Amino acid sequence: MNGHSVYEPQSGFMKWLEARLPIWSLVHSSFIAYPTPRNLNYWWTFGGILSVLLVIQIVTGIVLAMHYTPHVDYAFNSVDAIMRDVNYGWLLRYVHAVGASMFFFAAYVHLFRGLYYGSYKAPREVLWILGVIILLLMIATGFMGYVLPWGQMSFWAATVITNLFSAIPLFGEAIVTWLWGGYSVGNPTLNRFYSLHYLLPFVILGVVVLHVWALHVVGQNNPTGVEPKSQQDTVPFTPYATIKDSFLMVCFFILYAWFVFYMPNYLGHPDNYVPANPSVTPTHIVPEWYYLPFYAILRAIPNKLLGVVMLVSAIAILAFVPWLDTSRVRSATYRPLYKQFFWIFVVVCIGLGWLGSKPAEGSYVLWARVLTAWYFLHFLIILPALGLWERPRPLPTSITEAVLGPKGGAPVARGAAAPERRG
Amino acid sequence: MGAFRSKALAIAMAAGLLSLMAPARAEDNIPPRQSWSFSGPFGIYDRAQLQRGFKVYREVCGNCHSLKLLSFRDLADPNGPGFSPAQVAAIAAEYKVTDGPNDQGEMFERPGRPADHFPSRYPNDQAARAALGVAPPDMSVLAKARGYERGFPWFIFDVFTQYQEQGVDYIAAMLQGYEETPPQGVNLPQGTYYNKYFPGHAIGMPQPLASNGQVEYTDGTPADLQHYSQDVSAFLMWAAEPSLVRRKRLGLQVMIVLIVLAGLLYFTKKQVWSQVGGHA
Repeated sequence: MNGHSVYEPQSGFMKWLEARLPIWSLVHSSFIAYPTPRNLNYWWTFGGILSVLLVIQIVTGIVLAMHYTPHVDYAFNSVDAIMRDVNYGWLLRYVHAVGASMFFFAAYVHLFRGLYYGSYKAPREVLWILGVIILLLMIATGFMGYVLPWGQMSFWAATVITNLFSAIPLFGEAIVTWLWGGYSVGNPTLNRFYSLHYLLPFVILGVVVLHVWALHVVGQNNPTGVEPKSQQDTVPFTPYATIKDSFLMVCFFILYAWFVFYMPNYLGHPDNYVPANPSVTPTHIVPEWYYLPFYAILRAIPNKLLGVVMLVSAIAILAFVPWLDTSRVRSATYRPLYKQFFWIFVVVCIGLGWLGSKPAEGSYVLWARVLTAWYFLHFLIILPALGLWERPRPLPTSITEAVLGPKGGAPVARGAAAPERRG
Repeated sequence: MGAFRSKALAIAMAAGLLSLMAPARAEDNIPPRQSWSFSGPFGIYDRAQLQRGFKVYREVCGNCHSLKLLSFRDLADPNGPGFSPAQVAAIAAEYKVTDGPNDQGEMFERPGRPADHFPSRYPNDQAARAALGVAPPDMSVLAKARGYERGFPWFIFDVFTQYQEQGVDYIAAMLQGYEETPPQGVNLPQGTYYNKYFPGHAIGMPQPLASNGQVEYTDGTPADLQHYSQDVSAFLMWAAEPSLVRRKRLGLQVMIVLIVLAGLLYFTKKQVWSQVGGHA
């Protein structure tokens, strides 16, 4: 793809800097002149939202870490002291805790957008796989962060999840002891979780840089799934994408603020305000809402090892989607059958989430098995088969045609191509 | 248009699936919903109610339950009970606090000061259990540590109505939920009492508030079980979430800023994109 303009330093200092470290031209080509398809809809704004959310999590997290005590005897009380005695500590903690939920919500929207519009297809496989790696890292980070307040759910979630490793044949028990740093979840476990919870966000940040780099090599997908063919098909990132991203980001923050300021504990569990007690098991151990679909899959399988394998596969299978989907058409807009199966899949995931919050008994188990089966069938059977059978609708010849109709374009596009020269 | 229809269809399907999967709900005792001064986006604590609630805590609950994460100085919170500094000092002085070690290396007792945390009646859970049979939970964040499951579809409506007082509703209901004689066929374990709202119904705590006039009210509020329960529940909500009033107040300001900013950005975006055409 062609850029819209090339950065030329104007001032003396910028010329001097450009010759030594061309950092501003990197920023310019990535976030100002970067050509972005003109037909991107609002589902494309979540990548930007996620970047900002990551920064918010890191900044609030660093300040929280200044006041938190990673010790089984003090962790719970130190979190409470943050809420009571640190200036705006309640705000920091709620922004961070609700922020985790918002992060997962935005990530899931981002992921389903990719599934709907076929954003994983060539040449974006590496971009997609990096995204799956970010999701895995997020899951690990979020889980360890949930353990830190050392409430009942923290403790028992840590116990349940670390125990999953005991399903590994031969070395399982040894691995679990090694993870715990002892013979049960205890102070060494809390300490290492704290250390890793501080480390992993920076690993995520690193992979995000790779993710954005890969994105800027292959360019963004778009709702038609047709690659941009001319300058008419794209607009420069600034002002077009920046203003659009900013608008939806602020709308997203309204949702975020709604939870932070008005119902900060809605997304949590009351039991996590009970200090961890190894001798009392909660009636129902449930993870945070964003893990519920995976938790339902884990519990749907009667065999522990197989359950763990399915749990891991449920995430890992996403990395293979670029090759499981055999269709040559990217966007579901032109795939009448896939579009329906996509929405069924969304419903299945929501259903699994709901089942994950229920006790594993009676009809819940049966439904969890049905939906788990569908989850995997969607990827293993439906995606490959649809590509072979489905008759896609005809694709537009270009993005501009899809936006303006066959005759649209030229005069408007000139303005779009060089907005900085507009009067 | 088509995308919108399929989305609407998906939502309808999800709702249908959820109601299909839910087995018929056993009729539980759902705590009745109370009206609280601190609910909703403009909620604030009722100072007189918190002061009455504190009185109930001090004279009844505090005999067993600790409040160890709070300091006496917290009672002066203008958004909370709002006691004067002199009142706080007087309240603190009524408690005995262990301090030390002194120059002789010994711990000693002295009257409490506003900066002290509320002392616990029992040195640890084991001592409490030995004395009472069960360890009474600390009450500092109890109102956030209790609740009951709302179930589908109520948990979705709650997001919009901001209903999040399950904890206090439960506590208020539980305090009034004792029954002298358990229903037929219910066998209570030794040393437990029947409570309509307590999960499992067998509660280790004997009915703490019963008779009218047990705690003296001086502001004309009826001194009965219903008011005791509500007042002490409200006090516990404040104890668990003292920042609630400031949080909601700041929230309103943040919301106004965000909504205005979103409006401005929307029209700016429209203006910028009007040059390109053909885009929503």
